[in-house]
Amino acid sequence: MNETTIVKTTTWSAGPGCHGGCGVLAHIKNGKLVKIEGDPDHPWNQGRLCARALAMTQYIDHKDRLKSPLKRVGKRGDDKFEEISWDEAFDIIEKKMKKIRKDFGPESMIFSMGTGRDIGPWICMLAYAFGSPNVMFALSGNSCYSPRIAALDTIQGDYSVFDGAQWLEGRYDNPEYEVPECMIIWGYNISATCPDNLFGHWIIDLMKKGTKIITIDPRLSFFASRSKYWLQIRPGTDAALALGFLHVIIKEELYDKAFLENFTDGPRLIRKDTGKLLRESDLISSGSKDNFVVFDQISGLPVIWDTSKQGYRSKEDSQLIQEKDVQPALIGSFEILLPDDSMVTCTTAWEKFKESTNAYTPRAVEKITLVPETIIIKAARFYAKAKPASIHWGVPIDMTPEITPLCHAIASLWALTGNLDVPGGNVFSRPAFNAVAYALPGAEGVIKLKDPKQDIPRIGKDDYGPFNEFIWRCQTDKVIDQIFSDDPYPVKGLWMQTCNPLSGIGMDPKRWQKALEKLDFIVGVDLFMNASLRYADIILPAATFLEKEGVRSWWVPLQTINKAVSVEGCRPDIEINFELSKRFDPDFKWEKIHDLFDEILAPSGMNFKELSKKGWALPPENHASRPYRRHEKGLLRKDGKKGFVTPSGKFELYSTLRENWGLEALPYFKEPPFTPISRPDLYKDYPLILSTGRRSPAFFHAEHRNIPWLRTLDPDPVCEIHPETAEKYQISSGEWVMVENWVGKARFKAKVTKIVPTWMVMATHGWWFPEKKEDPLFKTFESNINMLIPMNEQGKDGLGAPIKHLLCTIRKETEADHV
Amino acid sequence: MSESKKYGLLIDYEYCTGCFTCQVACCQENGWQAPLTGIKVMEIVQDMPRDKAYLTFLPFPTELCVLCAKRTRKGLDPACVKHCMANCLTYGKFTDLAEELEKKPRMVLWSPL
Repeated sequence: MNETTIVKTTTWSAGPGCHGGCGVLAHIKNGKLVKIEGDPDHPWNQGRLCARALAMTQYIDHKDRLKSPLKRVGKRGDDKFEEISWDEAFDIIEKKMKKIRKDFGPESMIFSMGTGRDIGPWICMLAYAFGSPNVMFALSGNSCYSPRIAALDTIQGDYSVFDGAQWLEGRYDNPEYEVPECMIIWGYNISATCPDNLFGHWIIDLMKKGTKIITIDPRLSFFASRSKYWLQIRPGTDAALALGFLHVIIKEELYDKAFLENFTDGPRLIRKDTGKLLRESDLISSGSKDNFVVFDQISGLPVIWDTSKQGYRSKEDSQLIQEKDVQPALIGSFEILLPDDSMVTCTTAWEKFKESTNAYTPRAVEKITLVPETIIIKAARFYAKAKPASIHWGVPIDMTPEITPLCHAIASLWALTGNLDVPGGNVFSRPAFNAVAYALPGAEGVIKLKDPKQDIPRIGKDDYGPFNEFIWRCQTDKVIDQIFSDDPYPVKGLWMQTCNPLSGIGMDPKRWQKALEKLDFIVGVDLFMNASLRYADIILPAATFLEKEGVRSWWVPLQTINKAVSVEGCRPDIEINFELSKRFDPDFKWEKIHDLFDEILAPSGMNFKELSKKGWALPPENHASRPYRRHEKGLLRKDGKKGFVTPSGKFELYSTLRENWGLEALPYFKEPPFTPISRPDLYKDYPLILSTGRRSPAFFHAEHRNIPWLRTLDPDPVCEIHPETAEKYQISSGEWVMVENWVGKARFKAKVTKIVPTWMVMATHGWWFPEKKEDPLFKTFESNINMLIPMNEQGKDGLGAPIKHLLCTIRKETEADHV
Repeated sequence: MSESKKYGLLIDYEYCTGCFTCQVACCQENGWQAPLTGIKVMEIVQDMPRDKAYLTFLPFPTELCVLCAKRTRKGLDPACVKHCMANCLTYGKFTDLAEELEKKPRMVLWSPL
């Protein structure tokens, strides 16, 4: 067989490392990958393909690929391992993990993953088959994507993303679609391509079709240079800016009044005495806490908003009043009679919402954010008047402790300007055909715990509302605490799959190192040796996306991953986890992997084989997973009523759930924990704002440093410093510098550039040196910016972390730094 | 005007995002080992008045560029053009590309061969 065959498949996970979705053509000759290309017929990437996917031939047959299971024979952290067979590896894992389960309970095993890839469902499958609810995304404050999803679920019931016509046949040419007049790019840089299940360059397609850009970024990004308005924001002050936009839009009445009246909870009454929602149970002793009250301007009386029926009724009558016969007041102050004959003064949620923006005049916001007042006003007006307009936000939104109030403010922008679920706006994103593999925040899938009781010991579940309501993961900072405290129960083992906390995802990595040292049993599953794997007892070699089958239903389209090649010795994650799931759970639900795939895909009416043949599928018209205007059509709610999947059924300007959780129900800004304003004491010694995480097109987080074609694009750990700042600190481009603060220090190569402002340095993340094999840990602590980032700074709801806005100083490195 | 037989690359550098796809696509197609490549993306931070700056990326075909002769003979685009994430590279006859060049600013026409 010397012929080249071409296999059509979908990128996701190991390989490019990203969130996937691109259609590719894998050219296979004699069982080897000889070339990879973008599939021109695929609606997602339309023939295009990124640098990391194009480097697959260097990745898949890399000489350093792990190709046999390994057993640790030395100390933890050392490089002493011996090869064992897959059978022996599985037997050891089964025996050790069953012992932990017997002695300490299944929750004593933590199942840890990195970024959102196809490993998500399969790691849940394994953890749940073992009986543990403790699936961990290993980033402090879980601060990537989950917080944004949970925040939007809280106030609008579903997540939403910018509309690049990805839902439609024919994409941009589909007559249903409208090109946005304006797009706000909020904390996102394109060169690294694709975040959050979107194809980054769709934005370029839209710009060519006329979309004008507003960029919010402290760095001079590609977008910043090509924007109508560039708002060079001080990191961590985004909520103040969003509130400033809202201030302008409300003051100048640039909002969509019909949306405000019909689809928000604006008329809900809020008690002035408690500052909380007036509920039916306040008016009538037999009333429900889940029903709310509005003031009807026609009758001059309070009227109940019955959330179970999604309609108005009087407090005496169970019959609904016709909508046209109720005119809920949006503004004003009302005296409401309580059952004890006392009166309580109430105002509306809209009044309270407006009040929350009062302090954020453009002038006040300029002081906080450093963005000039006039630019704030112009940008707010342009966004609000553009029709349609959308917002695309990046991960910096998650990387601040008060992430939910920030999302609340930004989501209120797209809602109040009438851009929610309209063509070219921000549209609800549900998995295609509602085919849900696993428990993403807000969606329960095919893979779940057998018994809800097994969820009781999940770490962080009872500490934080969103973790109880939407996020079926443990809270990461709490997990590390518990490893050291054994309170309320000991953590004994860790399953660590394509996740490298010592080099990438772990903040304060020396603390992670101590945690890894303390555990009784660690399994690592990965493709290349790395520092974290050196702490594992058993290492299993995993496969790239080209070596496996899978399904992908992260928004659209519904796709299969089709196996193109095998690499001897390696096994796909799903096969590893499926085998062990069967061993841990005698009643494991699925016989064969295809049985599981078929069940996940069932809502589409296709099985794996059928979809695999077809390649991809888009949901049909009037399906709940396809836009537009689903809240108007009654497609979002299970009861078929108009509105949203929130406690009130409305877009909540005032969040019921946040109030229930004892948190602020309105958006607000709070100065983050380590800034020149909040910590002037630290600022004296560390007078530069430290930001990290700017993306590189060459790497996905801690991956790809060993792929020659990619490493050559970005060979060194770089720290960007403005020329004026560099001069002040006597640093030249290309010199090695130490970036340090009160937590730790790390070594970077100075890149002197006007891309960053004078007051900030940007240090790149995920750096380790696979080529420095003389060190078992590949010098993972040397240029690791996480050495300067503390843990346990999550917000009040357990989400977010100060990753984008710390303080530091810089200096030339000295001999003493190498001792 | 007689039709040119010469082919080149039209680069719309307004939209080059610096994703480096062209560079890796070239290496894969032509078997270059890093750091060799037939096209290189340059980052240009332009100084502007009032201490401002403007960021541009510019793909530059190196001395190693052969305009993917093996591909173009088969009627295919060069590997860099095929994969460009921003669709900002065009391969074609000089006469045709020159017409495109007239239509919008911030473009450059390379003649590697």
